[in-house]
Amino acid sequence: MAASMLLSEEQQLLRESARGFCREQAPISLHRKLRDSRDPDGFDRDLWRRMVDLGWSGMAVPEEFGGYGFGHLGLGLVLQETGRTLVDSPLIATVLLGANAILELGSDRQKAEILPRVVAGELLLAFALDEGALHDPARIEATAFATENGYALNGAKTFVLDGHVADRIIVVARVNDGSNGAGALGLFLIDAAAPGLEITRTIMVDGRNSANLHLSNVQVSADRRLGESATSPADLDRMLDIARVGLAAEMLGSIEEVFERTLDYLRQREQFGVPIGAFQALQHRAAEMYSEIELSKSLLRAALAALDDPVSDHRRIAKLASAAKAKLSEVFFLVSNEGIQMHGGIGMTDEFDIGFFLKRARVAQQFLGDAGFHRDRYAALHSF
Amino acid sequence: MSGEFKQFRLETRDWLERNCPASMRAPMPPEEVVWGGRDAEFVNPDSKLWLERMAARGWTCPTWPAEFGGGGLNPAQAGILAEELARIDARPPLTSFGISMLGPVLLEYGTLEQKLEHLPKIVRGEIRWCQGYSEPGSGSDLASLNTRADLQDGYYLINGSKVWTSYADKADWIFCLVRTDFEAPKHQGISFVLFDMASEGVSTRPIKLISGSSPFCETFFDNVKAPAANIVGRLNDGWTIAKRLLQHERTMISGFGLAGGQAEGGGASETTLESIAMRYRGDKGRLSNPVLRDRIAQFKIDSEAFALTSRRSAEESTGGGPNHISSMLKYYGCELNKRRCELLLEAAGNRALGWEGEGFDEEELSLAREWLRSKANSIEGGTAEIQLNVIARRVLDLPDLTGILREKR
Repeated sequence: MAASMLLSEEQQLLRESARGFCREQAPISLHRKLRDSRDPDGFDRDLWRRMVDLGWSGMAVPEEFGGYGFGHLGLGLVLQETGRTLVDSPLIATVLLGANAILELGSDRQKAEILPRVVAGELLLAFALDEGALHDPARIEATAFATENGYALNGAKTFVLDGHVADRIIVVARVNDGSNGAGALGLFLIDAAAPGLEITRTIMVDGRNSANLHLSNVQVSADRRLGESATSPADLDRMLDIARVGLAAEMLGSIEEVFERTLDYLRQREQFGVPIGAFQALQHRAAEMYSEIELSKSLLRAALAALDDPVSDHRRIAKLASAAKAKLSEVFFLVSNEGIQMHGGIGMTDEFDIGFFLKRARVAQQFLGDAGFHRDRYAALHSF
Repeated sequence: MSGEFKQFRLETRDWLERNCPASMRAPMPPEEVVWGGRDAEFVNPDSKLWLERMAARGWTCPTWPAEFGGGGLNPAQAGILAEELARIDARPPLTSFGISMLGPVLLEYGTLEQKLEHLPKIVRGEIRWCQGYSEPGSGSDLASLNTRADLQDGYYLINGSKVWTSYADKADWIFCLVRTDFEAPKHQGISFVLFDMASEGVSTRPIKLISGSSPFCETFFDNVKAPAANIVGRLNDGWTIAKRLLQHERTMISGFGLAGGQAEGGGASETTLESIAMRYRGDKGRLSNPVLRDRIAQFKIDSEAFALTSRRSAEESTGGGPNHISSMLKYYGCELNKRRCELLLEAAGNRALGWEGEGFDEEELSLAREWLRSKANSIEGGTAEIQLNVIARRVLDLPDLTGILREKR
């Protein structure tokens, strides 16, 4: 029988407490402050400490590695709430991407060594995959040449989230060890201070941290290769799908927030002597957004449940992950645009918060594959 | 799962294996749908057997109380029955507006006498019902209806006409909205009444539609007599029941949106949108038209999300019946079905545009008809625009312009 679409009491409590925390301790004003002050870290380390204390860094990490075993749904619920107030934090790069990559692709020794430190908030990670303007895991040109006791990495990486603040960076490269030619993928955990690694922070429209990396003969020992063996494209995809669903959860939170703010405005703002929300032209567009958001919620809930379901095969997870990322990208696009339009002139002002969601929407849409990328993948997964 | 449910599943599976005829486990052509009624036709004799066996257990209406002929199952058991029926691809033994619309409101608002009289006949498929709602001058503004019922000697004398009455020409009884108070504001003078379509003064005329078929009728009442006891609920409070019934109707119609939800099963079915598109293009493995491919993918994702939402809505409203999400499901499900039909036309190109004759096979001929029929989806049971109004007002709590303007006057 299919998993329930409803949240358990424990999960509802988790969501409520995460919502309360974000509202009180990580409101959008904090995001504005970080942006305005051109904060060198791009996030508030003190806030991150409190998030770690709440267990958010170990939400989806199994207890044997120091985590709390709330599963991907648990982390998803937290991300949904951080999406509501656009919290800048290492939650995506360090936890959703970094810890998840180690959990899915690392050896037991690597998991035991790194995961407890991530959960404890001692280590920040970044994940360096893409190399061009678009998300494309099939196009990896960075190389790892086998050396006497490890590998030498060369190449360039783009849009690496938290790349300039991470302590360790996971770099995806094609391995050339002389035996099976170039082709096999390898994921390498390198030190941010490694010689030959050049990190350039890029300032993005959403204010989140991002960086370009240039690797020139960066030396890494063999035991820093995740799993200490080749990673298949399918394994990489499986790990990316978990991150895509988590990102979709954050997007849903942002979408809900924009929509609720917009509805409030429709009820309050008066023109022609009536609240503008009484006009049918706006009511119907709001009702259409509501419908799209309800569908998005269901898709996301199913995708999160599939991640935690031990019997779901990867093909099913892949389909749901691409469906969720495609749909959430479309709906975030729709709702962020309507949010601006329905707020009218005030929505265009920097002083008003709604614009932050529009900016975040486009970056989130691109991140880990836009709607077109995922519809294409969904079609391929359905053999057409 | 508890032992009790496991036992129920095993018994159900066993009973279905022994009692569901083999021909009832094959896809159902439209002409074999069983609507029941006094003049019920069974194109396939197995359909009659299947109906009788299921009705004897009350499983045509699994959750209705046993005292009214229903199956008396709790929601969990009904879910298991549905799963077991799906497991063997069993056809629905009976399709009727009595099951999907009238029954649920009779259970909620009917008197004991009304329930005892009507529900068992619905369960057994003995009486086929039709819905007397829309009138020539009352479409989206349903509450402006003018068919009148005047009390005379213990009878209501009914005069007026209805339109878009589905299968009125084949129905035995009608549940009908009539005006019983002409002085009261429009929503407060309506009553919900039941009467026999064989009564003197009832006449029907089928309406031919753009699809060539005639599922709808005009229905005329000329001094039709209905016993006063046939009013359901309180006199002049019929609008409450009318709206409740509409929620059931919308939930039923939203099921059209599930037609495209093959994504979950995901088999290499010959009838999926993508396989049709590929077949007519001679494609193997990948659909060659990238634009159509993208739009089919988008449609399938939306279908899957819609099916999940229907399921979530059912889980959330356990026991409470349909809720306001029914308007959203009706709106979206109908839009999805229209999209599906349009995509099918594109998938099959000119082969989907045949009207009749030898040049096309049956599946191809059905594409155009189904496409034309689908245009009614967002009109019947409350237009798309009415559903959006309901969502905006009832779910999103947006202000009511008419109300504001009335106050200002």
